[in-house]
Amino acid sequence: MTEEIIIAGFGGQGVLSMGKILAYAGIMQDKEVSWLPSYGPEMRGGTSNVTVILSDERICSPYLNQFDTAIILNQQSMDKFESAVKPGGLLIYDPNGITNHPTRKDISIYQVAAADKASELGISKLFNMIILGGFLAVKPLVTPEMLHKGLEKSLPERHHHLIPKNEEAVEIGKGLLKPYNVL
Amino acid sequence: MAKELKLMKGNQAIAEAAIRCGCDGYFGYPITPQSEVLEHLMAERPYLKTGMVVLQAESELASINMVYAGASTGKRVMTSSSSPGFSLMQEGLSYIAGAELPALCVNVVRGGPGLGTIQPSQSDYFQTTKGGGHGDYRLITLAPSSVQEMYDFVELGFDLAFKYRNPVAILSDGVIGQVMEKVMIDDYKPRWTNEYIEEHCPWAATGHRAGKKSTIVTSLELDSLKQEGVNERIQAKYRKCEAEDARHEAIQCDDAEYIFVAYGSAARICMKAVELARAEGIKVGLVRPITLWPFPKKAVAEIGGRMKKILCVEMSAGQMIEDVKLAVECKVPTIHYGRYGGVIPTPVEIFEALKNMIK
Repeated sequence: MTEEIIIAGFGGQGVLSMGKILAYAGIMQDKEVSWLPSYGPEMRGGTSNVTVILSDERICSPYLNQFDTAIILNQQSMDKFESAVKPGGLLIYDPNGITNHPTRKDISIYQVAAADKASELGISKLFNMIILGGFLAVKPLVTPEMLHKGLEKSLPERHHHLIPKNEEAVEIGKGLLKPYNVL
Repeated sequence: MAKELKLMKGNQAIAEAAIRCGCDGYFGYPITPQSEVLEHLMAERPYLKTGMVVLQAESELASINMVYAGASTGKRVMTSSSSPGFSLMQEGLSYIAGAELPALCVNVVRGGPGLGTIQPSQSDYFQTTKGGGHGDYRLITLAPSSVQEMYDFVELGFDLAFKYRNPVAILSDGVIGQVMEKVMIDDYKPRWTNEYIEEHCPWAATGHRAGKKSTIVTSLELDSLKQEGVNERIQAKYRKCEAEDARHEAIQCDDAEYIFVAYGSAARICMKAVELARAEGIKVGLVRPITLWPFPKKAVAEIGGRMKKILCVEMSAGQMIEDVKLAVECKVPTIHYGRYGGVIPTPVEIFEALKNMIK
């Protein structure tokens, strides 16, 4: 099993930390992992993305231009990465702020309306975990137990009391998942 | 606790390895994309754990000369920088090589020339392997292609530096510096004691006391014949290093008709291109030089010599290709594919370049 994922959105949306939690959960599940961020001036207030790979084998390239899954959180990222999903692959996006919806018919597309739900519940900081929940509902790459361990590893101890809230957000995300059909 | 599994950036792994392998001192100045080395060292406060000194110098010139001073006393000292900062260190590296001192310097390469870009590149190959400073010296150069190797090569680098009393470079780039991967970390090793250094490093300036012969550390020798002798001694070390310490990894070369030759992050991207090509029935392998100097000539000659063609993939305009051609004595057609200025080639792009080469 090898899963090559791009997570892309605005800086501050928790793109990098979502990837990190996923990577840590992968390690807990004895997988090989790789987490490669975009870095540089584009991260300060602009777009941000991270390539995460989970595999049962030695990981070849941490840098990729085709992905099994794209998790897309803003329009700029949609413009850039919709075409980078492999045929038969998966695209998950938050429709909030998206004006040009995806058009490809050779991939599976799902929406997770995480931004609206997070602001409705007053948990905007857990936005990324809601998205992650949506992804894990389609591809349960890591078990809830391993995700718990991953959270323990990636969050500093002073934030460990927030782990249950993170796990609740993941569950909320699973419930929000909605298939999107390209007409 | 013996070993522990962590998720770390390449730059953090360099810093963590330094603390755990008994490094005595780090002197550096921040520059993207390697600032996490100094950040991690400062956050870990190793001076409380092992007594290791961490100091942010006022410039790269100061850093390398602090390393020169520390190395003169037999301490395991290091610095790190990225391309423009590493250029500033060349004079110091030449002096350290001339004075025959062990030291470790890490270059997390970014695109140039000049201030260039902060994105990854491999365009400092010539500078590092052919001598960026003056004089007949070489930098023993290690090219990690994973976070684990970033970690492992710190201790290996110190071992080689002390084996040959010569500076060692870890030539990395922005991809390997920034990527997070699994890394197995060791327990803390104690730093060398002053007694150990006095016993094992008679060349080190450890203080003048009654009964102890004074040691002078210098790269200056005005008598030409004596200076020629110094050079002969240094060259003899280099021949020994070439014979004993050239390293490489060969991936899927046994039945290959073509090979990629690539190092560092480019080698990782080529591994993916091998996968893509093999899926279409193209028999391609990868030779990954691990030491860039000494270049693994024998392995490249032996494996490359069997091939129809060689594709040398670098994030530069073509630098290592010269060593590849020398290794196969230009008997095998060797073609370069590269992106530069901070652009990373994609696996698909390299696969296309391979197909173009074959047809």
